[in-house]
Amino acid sequence: MSLFIQQVINGIMLGSVYSLVALGLTLEYGILHIPNFSHGALYMVGAYVTFLLATTVGLNFWLAMIVAMAALAFIGILVERLVYRPLMLESPLSSFIAAIGLIFIFVDGALNIFGPDFKRFPPVHSQVFHMAGTTITLQRILIILVTVLLIVLLHLFIKKTMIGATIEATAQDLEGAQLMGISITRVRMTVFALGTALAAAAAALIAPIHLVHPGMGGPVILKAFVIIILGGMGSIPGAIVGGFIMGLVEALSGGYISTSYNEVFAFGVLVLVLAVRPTGLFGAK
Amino acid sequence: MEPFAQSQSMRRYAFLLIIVFAFTIPLFVTSRFYLHVLIMCCIWGMAATSMNLIMGYTGQVNLAHGAFFGIGAYASGLLILKLGFNFWFAMLVACLITVLVGFFMGVLALRTKGSYFAIGTMCFNVIVTVIIDSWDTLTEGARGLLGIPRPPSIPLLFGKEISFSSLVPNYYLVLVFLLFTLFVVHRIVHSMMGKSFAAVRGNEELAESLGINAMGTKLMSFLISTFLAGLAGVLYAAYIGFLSPEISDYHVTFELLVFCLIGGLGTLVGPLIGAFILTIVSELLHGLAFPRLVIYGFLLIIIIIFLREGIAGGVRKLWLKVAQEGGR
Repeated sequence: MSLFIQQVINGIMLGSVYSLVALGLTLEYGILHIPNFSHGALYMVGAYVTFLLATTVGLNFWLAMIVAMAALAFIGILVERLVYRPLMLESPLSSFIAAIGLIFIFVDGALNIFGPDFKRFPPVHSQVFHMAGTTITLQRILIILVTVLLIVLLHLFIKKTMIGATIEATAQDLEGAQLMGISITRVRMTVFALGTALAAAAAALIAPIHLVHPGMGGPVILKAFVIIILGGMGSIPGAIVGGFIMGLVEALSGGYISTSYNEVFAFGVLVLVLAVRPTGLFGAK
Repeated sequence: MEPFAQSQSMRRYAFLLIIVFAFTIPLFVTSRFYLHVLIMCCIWGMAATSMNLIMGYTGQVNLAHGAFFGIGAYASGLLILKLGFNFWFAMLVACLITVLVGFFMGVLALRTKGSYFAIGTMCFNVIVTVIIDSWDTLTEGARGLLGIPRPPSIPLLFGKEISFSSLVPNYYLVLVFLLFTLFVVHRIVHSMMGKSFAAVRGNEELAESLGINAMGTKLMSFLISTFLAGLAGVLYAAYIGFLSPEISDYHVTFELLVFCLIGGLGTLVGPLIGAFILTIVSELLHGLAFPRLVIYGFLLIIIIIFLREGIAGGVRKLWLKVAQEGGR
């Protein structure tokens, strides 16, 4: 039983990270129709920026995370402006291929600058709680709490602010939104800034538990794609729920079956779902 | 003569000249290093050409191509090492195994379109690599498959034989298979089947309304391209003699994608040009600390934004312009 509870808590923690990454991706793919495959690479960059700020610069962990989010929001805007904007009128596949180029640049760039070795965070929030036979570190609880906070903030931003309203309008009807005088370029910039900042937050949160290395974004981005295809393109609740389901499935199958076939389960489900419903579970027919 | 026919026949002579040149290369290139580079060029050229069939000519961005290359390589290696198959028989069976896996994958994935197809096939690629890596009782896992022998000698008349222990016969072996691949793709593209591939690439619904079975067409193109990818993998396994799970990794797929795009998708020679230039450059820069993939990344983005048809497309445009002005 304690193994089960332990794995459920791990699953919720992993799920928090997946939700944050999938949220950014679902905004970019669902609303702007950009399959931003480089989202995982930006997640990795976010982890490195946080790591450098927290170790070399010596910032407080939370301050480092916020600065990293701001820095990545800026990089997100740059990526949108320089790479995806010129491809705006092309098929999404062109953006997909450009994203592969971005992955080469970021991942191999990180490999050349920081080397292939895993970077370990100095321990932060390592207080341990014991509860019903399980062991939980404070960091794990904080991950879940901060994720909830960020999701609430995102919800308020979209529902209560003018910029948020323009994002929602664009999601519903791009041409209609343009006719109402909404600037699509501003919406694109905002969505990319938000999306990459969320990815940076996810990376910063998980970095003290998992290690920081150049290849860390690869599996995460594929899982995020699985989540948003299953949960519905552009659907914010879909990304959140899907993220937690993915985290739980991964933690439980890892705890009870085997961790080495982890990805086979996750991606196998996707391939099967796509075979039955080629446009995703909640996609338009 | 019409400018078009003239350019056609000139192209034919140019091809013939290049083939003759390719066959005479070992007469003046004796350096083992350069022969090795040329062999790698031919193998990657084959793999890129096979990817071009499904991606360039049929318009389906198949991001599982590296997996099929790896499946072909591993299947032949395992058949030879574990079951003691003869190389040529193993080559045939390995290609058929690749096609069989491709069939199951294709039937599932080809129902999807566009980015969904790209993501689905990419997930499949990861699955294949994880299985090769984890199933170590069969594939030796991360330790890799060691000691795959070179092809056996081919006996000729009068007691002579072609032995594959030196590099020159290996070069001719991969060259012959490269030409075979190019010939197959060329014949397909200029046949009725190739026209239906192009129709599906242009507009799937429209093609169906003209009576083309889009699913069958895509599957056919997919299967032929996996067969050729498997063949390239078999030759890789036999030449290098060592396989590790990385050979099926999606990075291989990405590299093939870069070859195709830089050379020019949907042109016969484009992927070949891309594979040759980039393989030569990366082998020459092997010893240097050089962020090869970063450069690839920039190239990929620049090509996709500014030079959609790659090198071959750009040259063709220029050539047609010159031919038109000459005929006037």
